[in-house]
Amino acid sequence: MTDQTKSTTIPIHLTINGHNHELEVEPRVTLLDALRDRLDLTGTKKGCDQGQCGACTVHVDGQRVLSCLTLAAQVEGREITTIEGLAGEDGTLNAVQAAFLEQDAFQCGYCTPGQIMSAVACIREGHAGSDDEIREYMAGNLCRCGAYPHIVAAVRQAALEVAS
Amino acid sequence: MRDFSYVRADTLDAARQASALPGAMLLAGGTTLVDLAKCGVAEPDSLVDITHLKGLDAIKVDGNGAMIGALAKMSHVADHADIKSRFPAVSEALWQAASAQLRNMATIGGNLMQRTRCPYFRDPANFPACNKRSPGSGCSAIGGVTRGHAVLGTSDACIATYPGDLATALVAFDAVVHLGERQIAVDDFFLMPGATPDREHAIEPGEMITAISIPASASARRSTYLKIRDRQSYEFAAASAAVGIDFEDDGRTIRDLRVALGGVATKPWRAHAVEAALKGKVLDEDSVRAASLLAVEGAVDHGANHYKIELAPRVVARAILKTGAMA
Repeated sequence: MTDQTKSTTIPIHLTINGHNHELEVEPRVTLLDALRDRLDLTGTKKGCDQGQCGACTVHVDGQRVLSCLTLAAQVEGREITTIEGLAGEDGTLNAVQAAFLEQDAFQCGYCTPGQIMSAVACIREGHAGSDDEIREYMAGNLCRCGAYPHIVAAVRQAALEVAS
Repeated sequence: MRDFSYVRADTLDAARQASALPGAMLLAGGTTLVDLAKCGVAEPDSLVDITHLKGLDAIKVDGNGAMIGALAKMSHVADHADIKSRFPAVSEALWQAASAQLRNMATIGGNLMQRTRCPYFRDPANFPACNKRSPGSGCSAIGGVTRGHAVLGTSDACIATYPGDLATALVAFDAVVHLGERQIAVDDFFLMPGATPDREHAIEPGEMITAISIPASASARRSTYLKIRDRQSYEFAAASAAVGIDFEDDGRTIRDLRVALGGVATKPWRAHAVEAALKGKVLDEDSVRAASLLAVEGAVDHGANHYKIELAPRVVARAILKTGAMA
């Protein structure tokens, strides 16, 4: 047994977008709150905070997950990627980011980081083969502005670009 | 969310011991537990994180059946080639559940432990009465808004619907829950609410699900999971059916039939009466529709959920006809 603690905070070590971070958190702190409130990585959005909207989607070891239902302490030792880590070092946008711009796949933009993180994984999983499949496998990301047709178009465009 | 201590288990025995302590709960994907902690429903003193345990996420499929490690993620099981080919209803139940992100987090063992979505259960601040949450406090759902509540297996103490999809498919195909050495049929793992709706699973403190096995069968190979809901994706079932069929050599006479219902009962609901009525018969639409009515024998509605009693037999019939027409 490791890391047993009765104190109010525990030290954790997180690897986010290739950078190492040491922080002290209460065990109940979610990855979402650690990113936003402790590490100033506010690109990841807090929507419902209950696992229903997808705004907080990040990647853990390359898999898309909801950071609002993930305890920060749980992902110690995992590779975490947020929207801030998607573009190249020189600022070159990821194909999905570029496609969202080209297809105007947002209005207010609040759900967009989660949509993009989800779409990157959706394409990588091989679940972007048709518009119906994109709709099914992007269903965990809600858009209250209703930009869905453009989001599907952006995912489709990016999937084709990634494949070529 | 009340604070708790965090323990990361590095062996199975350590996890079992730590989780047996009063106030301790096992933490896997967290999709139910962290959510319920935020709602104030779950108030653990300590969480025992088992997601770093090694070797519990394997998926093995051979001629005898499937053995799925408790920590296998829903998404990985759903996409597993041999699960898709030999247990299509299991794969379909999984990918039609939740969202891609939740399926990447949620484990197979944790999936069996998910709690009801009864809105009264989930809202202790506004609805203190809930026999599932606080034994003896009453049921806020009875007499309340019941559109999503169960019509089968209910009691005077609780009408909360079992929300899961996977277990509906598992109960149809006689799957077994492995608690280390102890094994228990999935059908027996889930308990009827009766007078003790707070007790949902036949699992004791210090026990942990280590695997789920599904025996191979011809009916599992030719199977479907049909899920009907208010929106097309990312929604719990209004009614669902897991169906498997094995035909005699004539290709029309039903040798074996498996039917289980989701979204309408207090636990994953095997419809033995439907199976018995159709076994040995030639599959035709009229007999299927007549037999499917037996799926809701004994159903009791609480007003707004009456539609489920009409919907469930139609879902069962459609699932049987669809499965019968499979290549």
